Amino acid sequence: MTLDRRSFLKALGVGSAASLAACATPGGGLSMAKSGGRRVVVVGGGYGGTIAAKYVRMLDASIEVVLIERNRQFVSCPFSNLVVGGMLNDLSTLTVGYDKLAANHAIKVVYDTVTGIDTAAKTVTGSTGTIDYDRLIVAPGVDFRFEELEGYDPATTPEIMPHAWKAGPQTLLLRRQLEAMRPGGTVIISVPATPFRCPPGPYERASMIAMYLKRSKPGSKVVVLDANPDIVSKAGLFRKAWAKHYQGIIDYRGAKRVTGVNPRNMTVSIEGLEDVKGDVINVIPPQRAGDIARAAKLTGPDNRWCPVNATTFESTVAKNVHVIGDACIAGAMPKSGYSANSEAKVCAANVVALMNGRETIEMSGINTCYSFVSEKEAVSVAGVYAVKGGAIISVPNSGGVSPDLSETEAIYAKSWINNILVEMTT
Amino acid sequence: MIQRSATWALAALVSLCAGAAVAAPPSAAMLSNACAGCHGTNGGSAGPSMPSLAGQSKEAIVDAMKKFKSGERPSTIMGRLAKGYTDADFATMGDYFSRQKLHPTRQALDPALVARGAALQEANCSRCHLEDGKEGKDDTPAMASQWLPYLQMQMSMYLSGQRKMPEKMEEKVKPLSRADLEALLHFYASVK
Repeated sequence: MTLDRRSFLKALGVGSAASLAACATPGGGLSMAKSGGRRVVVVGGGYGGTIAAKYVRMLDASIEVVLIERNRQFVSCPFSNLVVGGMLNDLSTLTVGYDKLAANHAIKVVYDTVTGIDTAAKTVTGSTGTIDYDRLIVAPGVDFRFEELEGYDPATTPEIMPHAWKAGPQTLLLRRQLEAMRPGGTVIISVPATPFRCPPGPYERASMIAMYLKRSKPGSKVVVLDANPDIVSKAGLFRKAWAKHYQGIIDYRGAKRVTGVNPRNMTVSIEGLEDVKGDVINVIPPQRAGDIARAAKLTGPDNRWCPVNATTFESTVAKNVHVIGDACIAGAMPKSGYSANSEAKVCAANVVALMNGRETIEMSGINTCYSFVSEKEAVSVAGVYAVKGGAIISVPNSGGVSPDLSETEAIYAKSWINNILVEMTT
Repeated sequence: MIQRSATWALAALVSLCAGAAVAAPPSAAMLSNACAGCHGTNGGSAGPSMPSLAGQSKEAIVDAMKKFKSGERPSTIMGRLAKGYTDADFATMGDYFSRQKLHPTRQALDPALVARGAALQEANCSRCHLEDGKEGKDDTPAMASQWLPYLQMQMSMYLSGQRKMPEKMEEKVKPLSRADLEALLHFYASVK
């Protein structure tokens, strides 16, 4: 049942937590003198931030790069649904450190929580001090609009109704709850309105949970309460997989927005309908750009997401600040790990161009994203992106989803996670 | 002379008005780095199913991308991605990856099969797979240091007819046993 780990990261030693021994934190934290002329600071060491830091260094080694990250280890959201479903025993293969990246590219990694960004003074402040930058790349991912869910206490509710939308303890909690659930129980997944991180993620999760219930908890079902009118991504493929494998187990209900939660009664409320009761409730809250982006006033008129220039990913709100990944508005590019990777490279190339007074370069980007629908089958969506009329568009007549459920794609999916995590960490 | 300076002034004015909105078309690195999430930084794959592109010949990359795009070569996502690029893009990316250093892989291989494969390569394949598979004649792909699972997947696609072998390859492959072919793949994977 467990995937063959040899095909994962083990051979390369990337996934091993043991490699964290050597710490890349400079002694003084953020209070460091500039080592040379020019400095780029990157806030956030996820799929986007690591790649931006690495590619700035690769493109111009004369630029000092400081990567500020709150956690010493990064846990990948992609593939974490496999832990929820039991195809992976734990998060070890999805957990990576920053040491090799720091050493290979002379990136200064500072483990600190950023508390303030002053875009006028061009400084970033954390608990260990304040650092100045010439250009700043902000890659904070998402945070949640908990306040839109009545009865939701950000401190206690996730411990009862895990979101598991940031991989780590929440993922493991959801898994434990499923294991502890009675046979014949009901699992509820609530899906927020778009845009949110990882559009196919909730439906992959429904598939993985149904796979587990079918095998280990007979008579149980998964109720998907979707704020959107229909499955947001790969809809036809998920429907096909559910009909093939999970008939009578997955109960999908579109246009059912969860507006409140009651952790004591284990119910969720839906606009205009009776409350729904569950044994395990996975509330994926509505989302917005990471809190630090909002605190730095990098969000646009919606006060949720960060508008950026489609070529440079420079904020249209603050000069010399670039925003990449889930937090930014990247036109046709979805909020995915691969998009963040691709955007980071576009951003890095143009940060280096701008810092050297060179002409900027039009973006060319890719997204590839796999979802598991059963133990052996996966489906994918792929896209190629370019700029037209100042906006990021999907190149016409390219990209799209798999023609069918595919065992070959499941093999490629495993290679995908291996390659993209190696690229981030070496 | 006057006309010339007027042209310059006009050019300066145009570029001033356009400001930062004018950007150069995507460079070779811009196009190619987008592939690296799956194929590795500079095209050096961490394996096991995605091939390395580093050190691959330009002709082989262009040929593969055109066949992905037309559907002649079966794929999962590569056909969908190839449709986002022009032939000129393929040439640009092919040229970029061909200039990257070969990505040596460390993988568990059977030394006996490697030795047997070396002899088979020399006797059967070396006219097109040149320099122990480090190079290829015309659009023959370089094989050296590719991940064994990738090579095995491709060979099984050839044998099942899903992927069409070039005529010369078919002639050479037909008389070989499955064990011979496996040995050849171990050999190519071992070349650094």
